[in-house]
Amino acid sequence: MNNDYIIEMLNITKEFPGIKANDNVTLQLKKGEIHALLGENGAGKSTLMSILFGLYQPTSGMIKKNGVEVKINNPNDANALNIGMVHQHFKLVECFTVLENIILGVEPTSGPFLSTKDARKKVLDLSEKYGLSVNPDALISDITVGMQQRTEILKMLYRDNEILIFDEPTAVLTPQEIDELMKIMKNLAKEGKSILFITHKLNEIMEVSDRCSILRKGKYMGTVDIANTTKEELSKLMVGRDVKFAVDKDEPNPKETVLKVSGMTVPSKVHKNNAVKDVSFNVRAGEIVCIAGIDGNGQTEFVHALTGLEKMSAGKIEFKGQDITKSSIRDRSKNGMSHIPEDRHKHGLVLDYTLEQNMVLQRYWQPEFQSAGFIKKGPVREYSEKLIEQYDVRSGQGPLTVVRSMSGGNQQKAIIAREIDKDPDLLVAVQPTRGLDVGAIEYIHKQLVAQRDKGKAVLLVSLELDEVMNVSDRILVMYEGELVGQLDPKKITVQELGLYMAGAKRDKVPAEV
Amino acid sequence: MLLLIKYTLLYGIVLMLVALGGMFSERSGVINLALEGIMSIGALAGVLTLCFLPEGMAPGLIVLFSILSSALAGVIYSLLLGFSAITLKADQTIGGTALNMMATALAVVIVKVVNGTASAKLNYSNTAFIFDFDLGNGNKLTLNIFLFIGLAILVLAALFLYKTKWGLRLRSCGEHPQAADSVGINVYQWRYIGVMFSGLLGGIGGFAYVIPSVSTWNFEVGVTGFGFLALAVMIFGQWKPINIFGAAMFFAVFKSLANIADSTFLASLGLSKNIYDMMPFIASMIILVLFSKNSRAPKAEGIPYDKGTR
Repeated sequence: MNNDYIIEMLNITKEFPGIKANDNVTLQLKKGEIHALLGENGAGKSTLMSILFGLYQPTSGMIKKNGVEVKINNPNDANALNIGMVHQHFKLVECFTVLENIILGVEPTSGPFLSTKDARKKVLDLSEKYGLSVNPDALISDITVGMQQRTEILKMLYRDNEILIFDEPTAVLTPQEIDELMKIMKNLAKEGKSILFITHKLNEIMEVSDRCSILRKGKYMGTVDIANTTKEELSKLMVGRDVKFAVDKDEPNPKETVLKVSGMTVPSKVHKNNAVKDVSFNVRAGEIVCIAGIDGNGQTEFVHALTGLEKMSAGKIEFKGQDITKSSIRDRSKNGMSHIPEDRHKHGLVLDYTLEQNMVLQRYWQPEFQSAGFIKKGPVREYSEKLIEQYDVRSGQGPLTVVRSMSGGNQQKAIIAREIDKDPDLLVAVQPTRGLDVGAIEYIHKQLVAQRDKGKAVLLVSLELDEVMNVSDRILVMYEGELVGQLDPKKITVQELGLYMAGAKRDKVPAEV
Repeated sequence: MLLLIKYTLLYGIVLMLVALGGMFSERSGVINLALEGIMSIGALAGVLTLCFLPEGMAPGLIVLFSILSSALAGVIYSLLLGFSAITLKADQTIGGTALNMMATALAVVIVKVVNGTASAKLNYSNTAFIFDFDLGNGNKLTLNIFLFIGLAILVLAALFLYKTKWGLRLRSCGEHPQAADSVGINVYQWRYIGVMFSGLLGGIGGFAYVIPSVSTWNFEVGVTGFGFLALAVMIFGQWKPINIFGAAMFFAVFKSLANIADSTFLASLGLSKNIYDMMPFIASMIILVLFSKNSRAPKAEGIPYDKGTR
């Protein structure tokens, strides 16, 4: 018997109706190592981890701990085996304190009442030992995302977990916070904890992990030692072909100003302050301007005000020389503004409509598609078939597919087809690659650059640093609702960009270039 | 003035009990619109017990048995809401509304069967529940047993919610059930417990409403909208026990004005009694408009918990 491995998942297969999420996958975790689990979206990483954490039962295969077979039926079993997990979306109660969240479920009591004295001491000891600084009495809603994540890690350590699963832990962090997390992870491994690190970011794997297992479309592609591999090799294993990381594009050739925003202020719906504060900038034809920032710094409200979904309390928007501050959403769209929304389910598609109905959502009223109030079925069908072919939107039943049943990547392609085919003068793309795999990201980036090269203005709002650095011609950083920096992607480093995004650095942004 | 205090305490304790019940339910994540119905059922069970207990029984036992049966009936009735909202994951608003409509009808049918006539009224003796408190100078303040029960429950509720691990778990289920589930807390179980607490307190509250002030009750009127008033109290009290106590007393003052309208200086104002009757409801509307914007309801209330969505 081989006892080098603390946890082994052997020949795991998990079938959901109609799909094999995991197909004969094997994962072996050594004690004290950082083991990365790499795969595209939908490759089955989350399913595999959910099986290890007791959320799903495998269809076949077995799990061993220290060489002995174990059954994990629910998170309590996982906890009893000292397996802990930091979920991608934190499982923290916002109106509880850090300490309350850590002890929830394993509360120390004296008599019928909670007694937090010993728990507090243990948490403080742990936080010192591993360099996880937190304030135990702060409310979760008041602390930074980084500290929330440290709370999640402390939650595992408080329960004396030995096997720590990190599910895409860096997606929500600034570059500085990522560096810190990497240090913490190395520290934990040094202290004998075994770490499973789920991600699709190759840089992080190269930096921190010892070994890496790769999944592709539910199948196990092998495990490699990081010391003997390269980023390119990993990505080839993950995607199945060579992927270009850099986006091919020439120098921008900006012309006249298309969009001019001055003094935009938008009130927040969740707190009393303004979500967007006195924002001024312009976008010219033939350039891609990117608004970068960490999630929740006013980007959403900004885009809503720009596209007409929300009212602004002060400021002015000029589009092609016209004041559109008070224009309706349809007027803005008719005038040549396209919007690829952040939340494609909420603002991009009517999920229970068919693909062809979604394709004409913004134009069904045009004479081309209706007469006397009735929709002309023929032209709608022809038009949507044209878009489907041109933009390679894949679906079960073509124009008649109910959009809800399509994959996220193809839903996004459908929106992009609709928005770009309008031949807009300004394309507002908000996190257009969110949740998509490498292949689809490549495609969408190409489309954005193609729009720019056609002499259109593109305003990209993104949280992904790679996207910000690779695609944009000019970066505006938004922090707490204000623009705090205008940067040239060719002249700055990711670290520097991170300082702006975290609010540690700021300079004045010119209203016009 | 004494009369005003008497009625304010009476109604305030009722509103507080029921609102505390609603609080437990909502803190666990289940909106309980059925408080009105639960109160009717609790009142019915308590009054029936009172009518059927043998005469000459010790007053203490009469009080104990009738309150216990009102509580038990409330719990059983609330389980219907729990079953539809938690197990069947049905819409909680619709479930609660249905239970409200059913409660009055059910009460009327049962009372008519018991009476054997077309009357939905029951007569009972409330002497075991009330007593006079001598203030000297011949002034007496009439109090009832529910005042002490209510204050004890208030203290227990606050301790339970904030100082015990069970309170912490219950609250986590109403705020972020996925988080609770991920640390091994059984969300379904805690939501049932929350709903049953609301049945317990709602049932007692219904009984406490009909008993002390009158000795006959017409079940065709249910509990005259007190369950809905309790919902307003709960919201005004921000789902917090002590605030709920304050809010309940505040509303009770308005409600009491109607009771003393004919007998005190208010009568000399010459306003219709209907105006005083309307006051608590008008006050609740105004207050909800003013406060609902800043109110912080439990985040996950009203959303059926499904283990599958993570």
